Amino acid sequence: MVEKLKDLMSRCYIALILLFLYIPIFVLIVLSFNNSRSRVVWGGFTLDWYRGLFANAQIREALITTLVLAFASALIATIIGVSGALGIHAMSRRNYRIMMIFTNIPMLNADIVTGIALMLWFIHFIPLGFGSVLLAHITFNIPYVIMSVMPQLQRMNISIYEAARDLGANALYGFFKIMLPQLMGGVLSGFFMAFTMSIDDFVITYFTKGAGVNTLSTMIYGEIRKGIKPEMYALSTLIFLVVLCLLLVVNHVGARNEKKNRKYYLAQESNEREEFTL
Amino acid sequence: MQDIILELDSVSKSFDGKKILNNFSLGINRNEFITLLGPSGCGKSTTLRIIGGFERPDEGRVLFDGRDITGLSPDKRNVNTVFQKYSLFPHMNVEENIAFGLQLKKKSREYIRDKVRYALKLVNMEGYEKRSPTSLSGGQQQRVAIARAIVNEPQVLLLDEPLGALDLKLRQGMQRELIKIKKEVGITFVYVTHDQEEALTMSDRIIVMNKGIIQQIGSSKSIYDEPQNAFVADFIGESNIIDGIMRRDCLVEIQGAKIPCVDVGFGKDELVDVVIRPEDLVLVEEEEGYLKGMVISTIFKGAYYEIKVRVGEYEWMVQSVNPAPVGTMKGLTILPDNIQIMHKPHSADAEVSKEND
Ligand SMILES: Nc1ncnc2c1ncn2[C@@H]1O[C@H](COP(=O)(O)OP(=O)(O)OP(=O)(O)O)[C@@H](O)[C@H]1O
Ligand SMILES: [Mg+2]
Repeated sequence: MVEKLKDLMSRCYIALILLFLYIPIFVLIVLSFNNSRSRVVWGGFTLDWYRGLFANAQIREALITTLVLAFASALIATIIGVSGALGIHAMSRRNYRIMMIFTNIPMLNADIVTGIALMLWFIHFIPLGFGSVLLAHITFNIPYVIMSVMPQLQRMNISIYEAARDLGANALYGFFKIMLPQLMGGVLSGFFMAFTMSIDDFVITYFTKGAGVNTLSTMIYGEIRKGIKPEMYALSTLIFLVVLCLLLVVNHVGARNEKKNRKYYLAQESNEREEFTL
Repeated sequence: MQDIILELDSVSKSFDGKKILNNFSLGINRNEFITLLGPSGCGKSTTLRIIGGFERPDEGRVLFDGRDITGLSPDKRNVNTVFQKYSLFPHMNVEENIAFGLQLKKKSREYIRDKVRYALKLVNMEGYEKRSPTSLSGGQQQRVAIARAIVNEPQVLLLDEPLGALDLKLRQGMQRELIKIKKEVGITFVYVTHDQEEALTMSDRIIVMNKGIIQQIGSSKSIYDEPQNAFVADFIGESNIIDGIMRRDCLVEIQGAKIPCVDVGFGKDELVDVVIRPEDLVLVEEEEGYLKGMVISTIFKGAYYEIKVRVGEYEWMVQSVNPAPVGTMKGLTILPDNIQIMHKPHSADAEVSKEND
């Protein structure tokens, strides 16, 4: 009886999610192929909106800005985040906990607070533009990198790094040759996560971009205020698909990594029980 | 004349305000197999990590061949370490693991190949060059770790419980092999273990430590036969440790019984610790013993019976080849030679060992 009820509840839950989250997206995707400007009438299949999209210089520019921004901010955030994770990991237990709370707060903080705070801060030092958006994206990306590298760092056995130092490697060589290969999964998934977050962001970008610079999301917002054009459906559809793919990549990297680690440590454990054979 | 290769000079180290090593001084001779032995948390690994360069002492110096190396990083020391476990590079095969140190020293490819082959032969692992560390058993991994350290021809090899993760049978086999390897390469071994049997069978010299303080340094035999304080006696093998009073030279009073011994030079009526090994006590008929008590348990241990006899408040541990029925009254005797008399601790250092009993 209880089982049945549980089953029913979980079905309802899935149905609601589909209804409220995925059906609108599905409608959006359908509309992006709709050969009619109407939002309710199906006028046949067309790729015109997509063609219009790529013909539009403004959109192309926003796309390039978005990608460059995502790539650069993810890369820099990864470098800073990995160094930060190493530093935090080496701290005493108390400081470690404090630092991890500081790392967590920006992730939970409302975007609008972060956005306005960063804007107020930036306008004192630099002109708002690509530079300030880049700085903002690096800032909110760093915690994601730290969060994805830290568990791996904790699981990693530090004595392999010490063994490398012991055998004559200096600190940098030991890190790149021995530690980094072990952390690569976390580093990659951190990078892709940061990349996705950057593409995905609207609020923080909106407040820190100033005039003249547009990413896809801020551009769509600007366009939609003027009136809804079907090109925007096509653009939103593309963004949705790109982000979906990135998330799948992140998940895949994470899962593979998990499996590899588990395999290694399971092997280690079973080895300890093995019999002595000469 | 002693040839000291490595010296710790009044080293102290604290973690989080807790003193782990306290004014620790130690000289290690060239080509010696020296073992640090002590209970968990007594600072053995910390000592080794200070020698290896992974921890910096708060006070004191580390000297190598008379040269101060206290501030030198691990990669600049002519010392290599075999860690407890999991220290092979998992993304490299056995050959690459062993060649790691030599490649950093920019040795020629032929030299490296020969050295790797020699090292694998030394640890009995020929033909494993291309295997991944994850596909090896625990014992095999430790042998590769030893090979990886030894190819660099360090003057001192540090081993931190290298066999700690292995089961008993495997451990005993590896102990024999380690001694063989030590003979072959002729370098100084500094070995850490908390297993007293391992220490006793392998070492030239043993350092028994507790709470960051050296309790006794000596050969296996002298540590076992002549423990200098109650902590060492208790930690090394099983012992009966009981209060006694030295009535005069060669006569000690234990639980009211006057028993002849061989120790001289104590003050008259001095309070002492008396150590008697269970295998040295002899069970006899009640009236023939110095001490009389009731058998309260008898456990068969394979080669002997472990028998507990209660005399007054104290339970004597006796090892005997013959069982004794529980509940019977028995006497205990002992040869004068087998009684070990020790001064009661009065210094603060020795007091530490007492607390830990
Ligand atoms: N990096 C560190 N930070 C804080 N405390 C430490 C650190 N390293 C060691 N300690 C503490 O120092 C004490 C001694 O540690 P150490 O590893 O030297 O002991 P050990 O004799 O090797 O013990 P075991 O037999 O368990 O390996 C322990 O209480 C340990 O918790
Ligand atoms: Mg240890």
